[in-house]
Amino acid sequence: MEFSYYPGCSLHATGLEYDASTRAVFESLGVKLVEIEDWVCCGASSAHSVSADLALNLPAINVALAQEANHGDLLAPCAACFNRTKSADYALRHDPARRKAIEEAVNFSYTGNVHVRNPLDVVINDIGLDTVASKVARPLTGLKVVSYYGCLLVRPPHLMEFDDPENPTAMNRIVGTLGADVKDWSYATDCCGGSASLPRVDIATRLVSGLAQHAREAGAEAIVTACPLCQMNLEMRQAEKPNVPIFYFTELMGLAFGLPEARHWWGKHLIATTPVLSAAGLV
Amino acid sequence: MIDMTFQQQVNTRAQETIQLCYHCHKCTAGCPVAQDMVHGPDIILRMVQLGQKQEALTSPDIWLCAGCETCGARCPNDIDIAHVMDALRQIAVAEGVKPAVPNVKKFHDIFLTVVGLTGEMHEAGLMGAYELLSGDLFKDPSIMALAANLFVKGKVPVIPKFSKNRDRVKRVIEQSKK
Repeated sequence: MEFSYYPGCSLHATGLEYDASTRAVFESLGVKLVEIEDWVCCGASSAHSVSADLALNLPAINVALAQEANHGDLLAPCAACFNRTKSADYALRHDPARRKAIEEAVNFSYTGNVHVRNPLDVVINDIGLDTVASKVARPLTGLKVVSYYGCLLVRPPHLMEFDDPENPTAMNRIVGTLGADVKDWSYATDCCGGSASLPRVDIATRLVSGLAQHAREAGAEAIVTACPLCQMNLEMRQAEKPNVPIFYFTELMGLAFGLPEARHWWGKHLIATTPVLSAAGLV
Repeated sequence: MIDMTFQQQVNTRAQETIQLCYHCHKCTAGCPVAQDMVHGPDIILRMVQLGQKQEALTSPDIWLCAGCETCGARCPNDIDIAHVMDALRQIAVAEGVKPAVPNVKKFHDIFLTVVGLTGEMHEAGLMGAYELLSGDLFKDPSIMALAANLFVKGKVPVIPKFSKNRDRVKRVIEQSKK
């Protein structure tokens, strides 16, 4: 199995541990990820705010590059990159007038052979939970978590074609397969206010602190996510101490698989992960 | 002043049919930032229906929208309301309407300037430039500690990466300004 890999800007900076854990976990599952050479920023979340053309043309450059690279479907772990690139692919696939305009602006000819994919979808549908279960060397027994999807993975539903937009279960199923104690809660797709994290700290702090509080009430000690913007915002803007650590689902996969690289990821977090992991006897 | 062409202008840009809204308020009920807005998303849609262009375009609400798409996912008439908010911001920018929340617009401008230069977003550059140019640096002292922490954790590449495709990026950004 092989994919064109599009880490995006966050995974080269604030989301380093998402990039590292995704690469390590996919390698251990025998999936080859080939990074697109000289990929560009998808424009999230600024391009669509100021220009409808730019919102599609920027991510379409990466669709063109993935098509040229010819390493299979395009894997975008960042929820924002996934959302924007999938939106561009949707316009290219379903709207002939838009397609013509995008092809002209980006200077390529769309074939439709490359589909835009997210790691949650690939783990569930291509790799399969049986394979994941067979790789678990160290079950995450005793680790109490809630799954958090946020906005961009699931909405708008017709564009993202991801799970159930109001009650997604992909992450619950994966983390549950790893042996973690996944708690139910009602806030898995509520917005964390990531776009307000710099310009309106008050809004971001209110939304993030609410999510952390709801996670605690559900009996969770940590939140699991698949979005570097949510992860960063949730670790940056929690008001109440002790802060709830925010893991990427790929980090928990790497931990359960017993990958030696995992020990390098915990120190990258802004909120200490050791108290929660050591309480469950995992580090 | 009433502009009877406004609804059509927004419909065309957003590729939505705003007259379908019958004001069930589901969008506003689920909106995470409705309490920070002056009107809320359903009233903004009403303004568009009534041709209240000036009121809609000068409202802070269109700049406070988090783009979370909860409204559109729940709309019984399938109006992608966040997309309508995008269209309203785009029209405001295109027609030179002063944004009611200038820092949000400033953030987007800095973002696209950085991307236009390198082809890739340099998060630390964005944060630094935003904090300096917006004046928020002096209002939010925690940001300096945060920047230092990110640096220590190796999450701030000192030298931005330049994509060989940055000319392509620059070209689509230039085109979008026409």
